[in-house]
Amino acid sequence: MNRELRRLFFVFTLLFAALVGIGSYWLWRAPSLEARQGNPTQIVRDVTTKRGLIYASDAETILARNRGRQVSGRRWFLRRYPTGELTAHVVGYTTLDRSRAGLEKSMNDFLTGTNSNLSTVLERVRSRVQGDIREGNDLVLTIDAKAQAKALEVLQGTCGSIVAIEPATGRVLVMASTPSYDPNLVARRFDEVLNQRGPCRPAAPLLNRSTQGLYAPGSTFKLVTAAAALDTGRYTPESTFVDPGYCTEYGQRVFNYSDQNGPEIFGRVTLGEAMEHSINAVFCDIGQELGADTVLEYARRFGFYEKPPLETPAEERVASGLYEGNQLFVPELESDVDVGRLAFGQERLLATPTQMAMVAATIANGGRGMEPFVVDRIIKPDDSVLSRTKPEPMARAITRRTAFELAAMMELVTTTGTGRRAQIPGVRVAGKTGTAETGRNDRNDTWFVGFAPVDNPEVAIAVAISDQSGTGGGIAAPKAKEVMEVLLR
Amino acid sequence: MSLRNRELVSLLGASLIVTLGFASVYLAQQSTTSSASISYIGIFLGLYLIAHLVTRAQLPYADPYLLPLAALLTGIGVTMIYRIDPALALRQGVWVAVGLVLFVGGIILVRDYRKLESIKYTLGIAAVVLLVLPALPGIGRTINGATLWVDLGPFVFQPGELAKVLIVVFLASYLRDRRDVLRGSRWYSLPPLRHLGPLIVVWGAAIVVLMLTNDLGGGLLYFSVFLAMLYLATGRILYVLGGLGLFAAGALAVYRVTPHVADRVSIWLDPWSDPNGAGYQLVQSIYAISSGGLFGSGLGRGALFTSEGSSYIPFLETDFIYSALVQELGLVGGAALLLLYVMFVYRGFRVAMLATDGFAKLLIGGLTAAFAIQAFLILGGVTGLIPLTGITLPFVSYGGSSVVANLLILGLILSVSDRANRRALGEPERGLLAVGGLAR
Repeated sequence: MNRELRRLFFVFTLLFAALVGIGSYWLWRAPSLEARQGNPTQIVRDVTTKRGLIYASDAETILARNRGRQVSGRRWFLRRYPTGELTAHVVGYTTLDRSRAGLEKSMNDFLTGTNSNLSTVLERVRSRVQGDIREGNDLVLTIDAKAQAKALEVLQGTCGSIVAIEPATGRVLVMASTPSYDPNLVARRFDEVLNQRGPCRPAAPLLNRSTQGLYAPGSTFKLVTAAAALDTGRYTPESTFVDPGYCTEYGQRVFNYSDQNGPEIFGRVTLGEAMEHSINAVFCDIGQELGADTVLEYARRFGFYEKPPLETPAEERVASGLYEGNQLFVPELESDVDVGRLAFGQERLLATPTQMAMVAATIANGGRGMEPFVVDRIIKPDDSVLSRTKPEPMARAITRRTAFELAAMMELVTTTGTGRRAQIPGVRVAGKTGTAETGRNDRNDTWFVGFAPVDNPEVAIAVAISDQSGTGGGIAAPKAKEVMEVLLR
Repeated sequence: MSLRNRELVSLLGASLIVTLGFASVYLAQQSTTSSASISYIGIFLGLYLIAHLVTRAQLPYADPYLLPLAALLTGIGVTMIYRIDPALALRQGVWVAVGLVLFVGGIILVRDYRKLESIKYTLGIAAVVLLVLPALPGIGRTINGATLWVDLGPFVFQPGELAKVLIVVFLASYLRDRRDVLRGSRWYSLPPLRHLGPLIVVWGAAIVVLMLTNDLGGGLLYFSVFLAMLYLATGRILYVLGGLGLFAAGALAVYRVTPHVADRVSIWLDPWSDPNGAGYQLVQSIYAISSGGLFGSGLGRGALFTSEGSSYIPFLETDFIYSALVQELGLVGGAALLLLYVMFVYRGFRVAMLATDGFAKLLIGGLTAAFAIQAFLILGGVTGLIPLTGITLPFVSYGGSSVVANLLILGLILSVSDRANRRALGEPERGLLAVGGLAR
């Protein structure tokens, strides 16, 4: 029987060797398995890391912090957002099952310190044996907590966005989007977030309307058309036009904005006056004169057709420009696009509030825009600065002179034109209103784009509010004023 | 060095390893464990020392490595259970103590294991009765779909574990009696039905009961042990192949009929077809194994629990304890555990080879085979090598019945080993010399 025993033992040895074999196989597969959703290894590694805090620009207001909790002998760090919906769209969220958004997503490596604070291998081994808690880096944002709160307050009950940029640096001071959501609810009560209702449909509270919301820019785009008109040298602010109340496009009349008395008719006006009163017919003529290529070329110079450069995840930013369906499109032939309507911001033109704030900031900064940024600096766990964002100029869009002339025209808009409700006592404000038809009755996209003070701009702003029956001057301008007031205080 | 001194030194080595492991868990989990709990391990190892003293007095010629191996395996088990839930570790420690008391009692009381042969039918019937017990209303308990437990008020017992030992004893004595008939004169000759009959009846009854109690792992274990012992007794591969063929046919039929089995198989073939539902256990087990790396996260540092404090893998302390171990000790730690099993099986078979009578060879060969097969079934199951069936990992898994039964098996193996070695050395037999057990 010993022969049988020996053989049986041999079989069992083989079976146990097979167990070592499959163990090795899973080890070999580990990298691909680790990326799978539901693998707790990565989750636990994340959650046992003391994630960096996120502060507003005052480096005091905490936008994201951790709550420690003891789980089976290890300290877990669960994310909390003390300011709730205040900066939900910029900061975003991170949950245990690793769904992330906003800076929590795009800056994850910095926040978790995976960009490595432990220099040597030896130190890493020591740290692991001792079970040190991994610490991430803190972020200090450029967001001004007070102005951000004001922006959310004035946007309450609307679907819209306010973006404010410091023209000289590109610092994003305000980036508000409504309806907002409470990021603390994402992990456990996501349904509540998703089912949130708002004045527009879908309410889409998770959408960052500042960088993902596409609105017809309407008359605010006249700034770009006017920039092209002046910068090409074809027109001056004093160039005169005769406004019959409409312009003719492909043999059809396109009328000016209608008030109670029907389409407005202004007669003989200068370019400045056309801007002041936002006369469509004049810009329609200018557009036809310049051609779509030139108008779009200037749009590009202001940043259209590219995602605005920001630290938030690329998939949370969209480019502005002409849209065909859901696709950005570039007309190949002049006849592909209705240039007259394009010139006053209709056609199939769509822009994000951030893009329009960049237009205002570029004009405010003398024709050369600064790349917008929202992370001011990254602080290491030992309180030293890991990196500080250096303001980066973009390619010059327009000449200093053009910018100066545009600023002067924009000031008229707020003193005697359509944007009077953006006036701030004692401050020279430049601006441009917009009221874009969306094709749906009483559902206008209303805008105010501007900056202040005119002589030394500290803030450029864009306010966009959708689904309104009123005008940009009536709805968006006063909101811009309130936010700018806080920022200029 | 004498056999018993070798046993003592090995036992001290095992104690050192277990103490280090326990201390390591304690250090990593200070917040959830109390310093008092570290003294448990001292008591635990003290019990093994007493067991050693009893073998020294009673079975001085027994194999010296099996007791230290058992101590190391149960020690690793208690350490892992302690890491998973300190309260359970205490209970498991109590079970090990009970098992060691029975081990000692068995050695002293069963002076001659050959007596077991004469009561083989009683044992066979007792085994079936034990298997039926959980199905009886009132005392039966169903956990996770399988009706395997008997509720005795203060504790819950799994009689199947004891039945396993009895069935092997029965098969060993029966196969020894009918060995020559079963072997036949030609490789193709089949034994007369009257010899095969009782065998198939007892074994068949066991299988039927297991199917009724929905215990796939148990069924597979009994069937494999039966085939292994049939092979040991007859040396005929044909029986094994025929048995496997029958099993394949039976498995196919069961697969078609029982949705439970079909589910298990399809999960095994593709765990990720339903990673949050039916495949959850296996998928999580594989994650745990793969993420352990070569050396693991370290004891007490693995990613085993959610923020709510529940384990990612259900039945972590029983069926999936190996997954937890590999996560924290890595592939190297897992392979070391597998090596311990192979060593235990090797020593077991060695005892069987040295045994002089056919009954002892079959008994120890069968018990060791059962031990190896049981370990393989659950280890293969949780690693995805074979379909998963719920069964305990001998000595390591949490569960009193299993530990007690395995320590009883250890006692039997050591008794046989002692007797065989005495024979070989020309020493007098234990039963003839001793007047009273401990007096010697």
